[in-house]
Amino acid sequence: MQKINTDSYPKVYLYRRIVQAKLFIDDNYAEKIDLNSISDEAYFSKFHFIRVFKSAYGKTPHQYLIYVRIEKAKELLKAETPVSAVCFLVGFDSLSSFSGLFSKLVGKSPSDYQKHHQQTQKKISQSPLSFVPGCYAYQHGWTENSNFEETGD
Amino acid sequence: MITKMSVTNIHVINQDSAYDFYVNKLGFKLVDDIPMGPETRWLTVSPPEQPDLQLVLFPVTVSKMFPKEVAENLIDLIKKGIFGCGVLTCKDIFATYEELKAKGVEFIKPPKKEFYGTEALFKDDSGNYFSLQPLNNFEDENNI
Repeated sequence: MQKINTDSYPKVYLYRRIVQAKLFIDDNYAEKIDLNSISDEAYFSKFHFIRVFKSAYGKTPHQYLIYVRIEKAKELLKAETPVSAVCFLVGFDSLSSFSGLFSKLVGKSPSDYQKHHQQTQKKISQSPLSFVPGCYAYQHGWTENSNFEETGD
Repeated sequence: MITKMSVTNIHVINQDSAYDFYVNKLGFKLVDDIPMGPETRWLTVSPPEQPDLQLVLFPVTVSKMFPKEVAENLIDLIKKGIFGCGVLTCKDIFATYEELKAKGVEFIKPPKKEFYGTEALFKDDSGNYFSLQPLNNFEDENNI
């Protein structure tokens, strides 16, 4: 395959640094992340870093960190992790600040979110096919009634 | 009256590998992962900001739908990179390109300014390809 010249667009070094900072947040959201140290590592002044990050991702680094933490919290809650554990696993110090922020951003408290997911899972396990469009289930041969044959028109 | 597209297919060769690609690399959100017998599952994902569009990661396995010969031919064509699955939109194409590349996504074409705007092409783990374009593709200025 033809070798791709990766340096063929302007400011490539700037993009790589900002992407590294984003990936750092993705990997370390559970830790106490000091956004000043990320901007230092990326060789940016704090304000320049925030501006460039926002223009690439539509969120400031802090807003992005909160977004990642809340998204991870949703995954952990779905995986039946207790709310109090989720709070610390995604890097919050206090349950009340976690619950408050989660409720504000998701529109449900963490425990309601978990309950809602558990109810959905229960319905899925009772009747999995009702969650699959019938056309797919039929074409795949998943339909419960195995005697349901094509009419062969 | 049709109002919107809600479910569409991406034919994939292996669902486990497709899950890893779409969820862990592209960052799509898992919608459903429901076992349907020993070998297949109902596996759907959504683009991060488009929860009302489900992409079915549809396995090409021998079934009622795909007789053996059809499945083999389809897999062959997918691997050859015949199928383009559409355009994916991002806020900043260069940042997205660098991130996906860092995650091991194979690009057929790096971001390049064309007469129709800036575009990159990449392949999924099966061989399907996508065009990647920035949201405001007719504004010449780079964001950063």
